[in-house]
This record gives sequence, structure tokens and C-alpha cells, in this order.
Amino acid sequence: MKKLTLIGAALLGIAALLTACKDSGASSNGALAYSAAEKVYVSPGEHDEFYAFISGGFSGQLSVYGLPSGRLFKVIPVFSQDAEKAWGYNEETKPMLNTSHGFIPWDDSHHPDISQTNGELDGRFVFINGNNTPRIAKVDLSVFETTEIIEIPNSAGNHSSAFVTENTEYVVAGTRFSVPVPQRDMPINEYKGNFKGSLSFISVDPEDGGMDLAFQVLMPGFDYDLAHPGRGASHGWMFFSTYNSEEASTLMEVNSSQNDKDFIAAVNWKKAEEYIAEGKFTAMPTNYAHNVYDEETHTATSTMKKEVRVLDASELPGLVYLLPTPKSPHGCDVDPTGEYIVGNGKLSADLTVHSFSKMIDAIENEKFDGDAYGIPILKFEDVLGGTVKQAGLGPLHTEFDAEGNGYTTFFISSEVVKWKVGTWEVIDRQPCYYSVGHGMIPGGNSRKPFGKYFVAMNKITKDRYLPTGPEVTQSAQLYDISGEKMQLLLDFPTVGEPHYAAGIDASLVKERSKKIFSLSENKHKYATTSDADVRIERNGKEVHIYMTMIRSHFNPDNIEGIKVGDKVYFHVTNLEQDYDVPHGVSMIGANTSELLIMPGQTETFVWEPKQVGVWPFYCTDFCSALHQEMQGYVRVSPANSDIPLSWSLGE
Amino acid sequence: MKKRSHILMGIAALLPLLLFVFPLWKITLEAPQYPTPLGMYIHINDFSDANPHDIKNINLMNHYVGMKYIPEAIPEFKIFPAGIIITTILGLLIAWKGNYKWFLSWAVLMVLLSSAGLYDFYLWEHDYGHDLDPKAILKFTNPDGSIMGFQPPLFGSKDILNFKAHSYPRLGAYSLGLGIAVGFLAYYIGKKEKMNELKEMS
Repeated sequence: MKKLTLIGAALLGIAALLTACKDSGASSNGALAYSAAEKVYVSPGEHDEFYAFISGGFSGQLSVYGLPSGRLFKVIPVFSQDAEKAWGYNEETKPMLNTSHGFIPWDDSHHPDISQTNGELDGRFVFINGNNTPRIAKVDLSVFETTEIIEIPNSAGNHSSAFVTENTEYVVAGTRFSVPVPQRDMPINEYKGNFKGSLSFISVDPEDGGMDLAFQVLMPGFDYDLAHPGRGASHGWMFFSTYNSEEASTLMEVNSSQNDKDFIAAVNWKKAEEYIAEGKFTAMPTNYAHNVYDEETHTATSTMKKEVRVLDASELPGLVYLLPTPKSPHGCDVDPTGEYIVGNGKLSADLTVHSFSKMIDAIENEKFDGDAYGIPILKFEDVLGGTVKQAGLGPLHTEFDAEGNGYTTFFISSEVVKWKVGTWEVIDRQPCYYSVGHGMIPGGNSRKPFGKYFVAMNKITKDRYLPTGPEVTQSAQLYDISGEKMQLLLDFPTVGEPHYAAGIDASLVKERSKKIFSLSENKHKYATTSDADVRIERNGKEVHIYMTMIRSHFNPDNIEGIKVGDKVYFHVTNLEQDYDVPHGVSMIGANTSELLIMPGQTETFVWEPKQVGVWPFYCTDFCSALHQEMQGYVRVSPANSDIPLSWSLGE
Repeated sequence: MKKRSHILMGIAALLPLLLFVFPLWKITLEAPQYPTPLGMYIHINDFSDANPHDIKNINLMNHYVGMKYIPEAIPEFKIFPAGIIITTILGLLIAWKGNYKWFLSWAVLMVLLSSAGLYDFYLWEHDYGHDLDPKAILKFTNPDGSIMGFQPPLFGSKDILNFKAHSYPRLGAYSLGLGIAVGFLAYYIGKKEKMNELKEMS
């Protein structure tokens, strides 16, 4: 009996303990959830602390989010047409999408990078690469618009791009696919030794940000995957990860994964500058488009360039060294001090970290392990700085905080792992939902990371949100990294694949953000800056309407004398000079998008009327209390009609 | 050696010249959708924007209720500067040659002229707020059925539809006021100086 009582008491005790555990578990979960919510909550009317520029991958665009809230502010059209903003539809921006292959309305936008001064983010520009038809775009952060796109010749799959050097001397653009250079008709199976890779260095004018393809380094026919600049002591070097050092051209998933080690290519671009100055380059004939949008004419122009300066890495000593790096490295990341270069061997469980000072020592003492097409291969053991052992499966990309920690994404094991630079010990790991690709810490690619948050950009979402059919939302996740342990704070949906990102303290950008375009500085060829200049001109079948818009009417709003078969250009100027008063315009039957015109701006769409009648146009952006009244009519007469051109407002 | 009162009178006469440097008045319009309020400075010879394009944007707002555009120029922009220059010259002449009784006359004259100016300003505001376009897009009536006016206050703050209007003098007006006050002070001190003189003589 006594025994039974004892057992009973013990059971009760265990039950009590279990209940207590359960309770404390629940309450601590509750407290955790509450603190996560508080950490991402930005009160109505308040601003986020950081801008996050997250590329849209196959959407071809660049989206702007706030951190920590994860709120989406804007999708900046870059490489893809955007009917909402008339990007690539209006006459002004069509030239931005011109290439040597003609007008291309889409691309695959991958790696945004923010301009730097002295190794720190300066918030002037974001550069981003178009992967498919090789291009580099520049987004001006005073207007959050794409203002320049340069096509990259001799490149294919412009992937190891668009990373900037410490003072934005260059934006680099490395080819993923090696190709015949120059392009020619040849058998694919003669790839090995004949195909070449090109690494392009695009100079950026320190004053106006103007881009120029300064030179290309011609490399062996590997695949060049990602890149990062040296900084501090390693400033002057650019590091590119490679795979397919096997030079395979078919069944790549197997054939390019055979070598135990591929390379990180260290390019000495200061040396390249010397060779250029000495004239050791080949001026190769080529053809590529350089498209520039002018803020004062509100118009883009496309110029075809015909020549590129090429430096052959096999011929020019000291230009490139190869650092053996295990298992098809993807990310190639440089820590804030510039000493360590991380090779994220994506088919490996380890992270290989090279040491810059050891690399220089190995070069000076010629510790070579043979060469590849004349390019010295440094001895692996002599450049190895350390290894983060068994950190996870499938490392892709490493970012850094300001406290000497690295944060590596692991695609296969779907997690982010925090480790200590120098000791190489793993400190913490947190799961990602699911299959994280790249990660981002604001300022993570600079001498001075802002830290605080880590954004994981996931490749797979599955059940994380309400389902939307077979195609579910794309998603990123936000982690608090201010403590020893990382804490998952937020899932937030993104536009397009959240491929890669760059983040910056909002205070470095928002003060410079323009409110309006000054009407007095509008130099558009067809601008109408006062109602006195409103007119319509006919030149054969071409008709130019010089139209204005202001709350809440178009001038003119009654137009007669247009004929079937005419090509009618609506050049519409928004006369507003008030913050956030854009107007839109669209015409029934126009084979194009609406226009969304900012205060002080002029844009143009073309309408080719095909049917006789009286056809309305109207304002598409709810501009004012009288927005619904902001409309007009165009009378379209038969082609042989002799009704003269006339226009009016309020008559 | 000039007497203190004469020096003060000279200062009194010069102070209103600051009207050519600083604005006389400011009207500010606040509304929820204008986190930066719209504002207009009234100078002695000009209207100007508090922030770029404010007057244009005030006009755009006001056209909905049929108010006239704020004019580029009004006759007052010629009359007021002339008045200030003339009274300043007059004041300086008085400071140089006149006696303290003239100081009083000058100060009183300035009070009268300023009042006339304010009254003129009120009339302009009244006309601006009440002489509305009969084809106005939005028409409002007061509870008693009369047409609602949109006159900004002469001095103070007032709710006008979705806007809160503020109207207050600025540094130019304060300079004028101070000039007048110093004029009276010059009179008071001049009078004391005269009495002291008489005492010493007796």
C-alpha cells in the first residue's frame, strides 16, 4: 500500500513536471513570437531603418523593400517591359532595351550591388546584371529609375556580375558561359581550348556615374560564377569563382562536376590598368549597345559601340592567378577586412577560405602548382586561410556582419550558419523555409557592414503562405542577427525570384530622393511647359500632339482632324510641380501601355487609329477629386477626309 | 553731439527698411495630405513660396472652389515700398533737424499708414476669399444658406474646409512695429531731455 502511494506521488510529480514544462514552453513561445512581431513592426507613417534592393531574378526587375518590415515600396523596371510604368513601351524608354540583337523586352536580373566610396556604401547607384542577354544596368537612387544599360560583348550568361570595387572604379561583369570569342560558326564538341571566358571591367565616372566598357580580360573556357572585390589591402584585386574547369559542353551536371577542385580566379585589375596604359591590349571589333537615359530630356538614346579592348590572361604575366577551390564554388565572398576570400563550394560540406596575404606570399615566392593555359595555379595549401568544417550541405553564399562573423547559406541543408572568421568555428545555425539561395546583410559587401539583419532569399516556398495554385509566392525571410543566436523574425513575399540583394541604411538614400522633376529644366524635344505652347502638328501621316495635363484636365481635350492611317504621337507633359501628383493617360485602341507621368515630366505614346469614330482618352492615375472628369475626345475621320486639324479646351 | 532722442529717431526711421529684406506676413495652409504645409510669404513688394511651387499649388487647390489665382503683382507692391522709402527719408530729416514733437507726429503717421495697409490687406483677402467664380467646381454654403467664403484670417488661425489656415506677421512687420515703438520712445526721451534742459536753464 505504501509502495503504491509512493508510485502515485511520483506519477503526480511527473505529471506536474510535464504540465509545468508544457506551460513554460507555451509561454516562452508566446513571448518569443511577441518579441519577433515587435521587432518587425513599423508603425503607420514611420519609416523602415533599411532599404533592401532585392532582384527579381526571372522577372528582370529590381524591387525595393523596407527592413525590418519587409514591406514592398516599388518595383523598378530594369530589363523587362513594365506596362504599369510604360517602361519599354513609351517612346522615351524603348531605346533602353535595345541590344545588338535588337529590342529585347526581358532579362534575368540577378545581383544588385550598391556603389561605394572608400569601401563603404554611398547610396548613389545600384548596379545589376542582365543574365541572359549580357547587360549591366545602373539604377540612380535619386530617382529610383534605371538610367543606363550597357551590353557586354563576348559574354554569355552574364552571371559573375554586377559587383563594384571599393571606390566604384569598376563594375565587373564575368561570363557564365564560355563561347567562341569572337563568335563564329564552329562545332560545339570542339569547345575545349577554343571557347573563351571574358571578364569585363566597366568604369564608372566618379562625377556623373557614366559607364564605359574599359577593358575585358580573356580567360580559359571555364564558367565564371560569382565575384567580389578586394578591399583594404586586397583593393585592386577582383575575385571570380569558377566551375566547369573540365571545359565540358554537354551533360554539364555530371561532366562539369568531375574535378575535385575548380578555381577562384584572382584578377589584378591595377595590373590590367598598367597593361592598358602600355598598349598591351587587342582592340577587338565587336558590336554592343550602350543606352543612356537623360533626366533632363526624359529620353533615352541607344548608341552602338564597335570595339572593345581585350587583355589576354594567358599572355600577360601577373594579371591573373588561380586559387584551387573545392567542389564547384558558387559564392566568392570577401570579408570586411579584405583578408579572407570565401569559396562556397556548393557540392561540398566545407567552406574553403583563402588568405589574401598568403596569396601574395605564394605569388612572390612562386609557389605554383602548374598552370592553366599559361595562368599560374597557386598551391592550395599555401593560400588556404582556413576551413569551416562540416558547416552544412551545399554552401552558396557568405555575408558578413561588423563583429567578425560570417553567415553562410546552405542550399541543400536549407539553413543559414553563423561562424567566426579566423577561428572557423560554427556558432549558430537556423533553418530556412526552404532551400535558401543567397543571403544579405545590409552593407554586407563592404568594409563596414551595418549588420542587425540577415535576409534569406529562398528558392522554394511550398506551404508557407496561403496557396495560389501550382505557382505559389516567392519568399524571403528576415533574421535578427544582433545577438549570439540568430532569430527568425519574418517571412515576406517578393516579386519574382528573390535572387540576390543589397541593403543600405535608409538615411544614406532617402534625403537624396527627388520629389518632382523641375518643369523649368525639362528639355524633352516635345515638351509643352506652358498652355500657350499646346498645339498639334501634322507632317504627312505623322501627327504630333503637344499636350499638357494638370489637375484636372488635358489641354487640348477635344481634337479633330485625325484620320484613319495616321500615326499619332501623344507627347504629354505633366505641368504639376507638387509632390506625388502623377497623372496617367491612355487612349482606346492604342497598341501600347498607359503612360504614368511624374510632375514636370514628358512622355510619349503612339496611337494608330484604325476605325472612324470619336474616341476617348482619360487619366489613369487617380489624381484628384476631379480625376474621373479628366478625359477627352479625338475625332477620327476617314483617310480621305479633308477635316482640318483643330484642338481646344473648354470651348 | 546729437542727443540720444535724435539717434533713436534715426534708428526708428531706418528700421522699417528691413521690410525690403524680410517678409511682412506669412500665410500657411495645413492639411493631412500636405505633410509639408503649403505656405506663402507676403513681402512689401512680392509674394513668394515658402517651399518651391507652393503658390502654384495653392492656386491649383483654390481653383476647385472658384478662387482667383494669387496675382503675380498688385498695385500695393509699388505703393508700399514708396511709402516706406518716403517715410524713412522723412523720419531721417526729422531726426536730423526736427524736435521731439515731430518724432511723435512721425510715429502717429506711421501707425495710421500701417493701419491703412492692414485694412487694404484685409480688403484684398476678403475679395480673394469671396469673389468666387460662378462656375466653381465645388460650391459650399454656410449653415444659414449663404455662399461660403474662403477668406484666410487677417491674424490668427482658422479652419477652412480641409485646411487649417494660419496668418501671422513675420520679421518685416516686427521691424516696422519696432520702428514705430522706437519713434514713440524717441518722443518720450526727447521730451525728458527738453524738460531737463528747461530745468537747467531755470
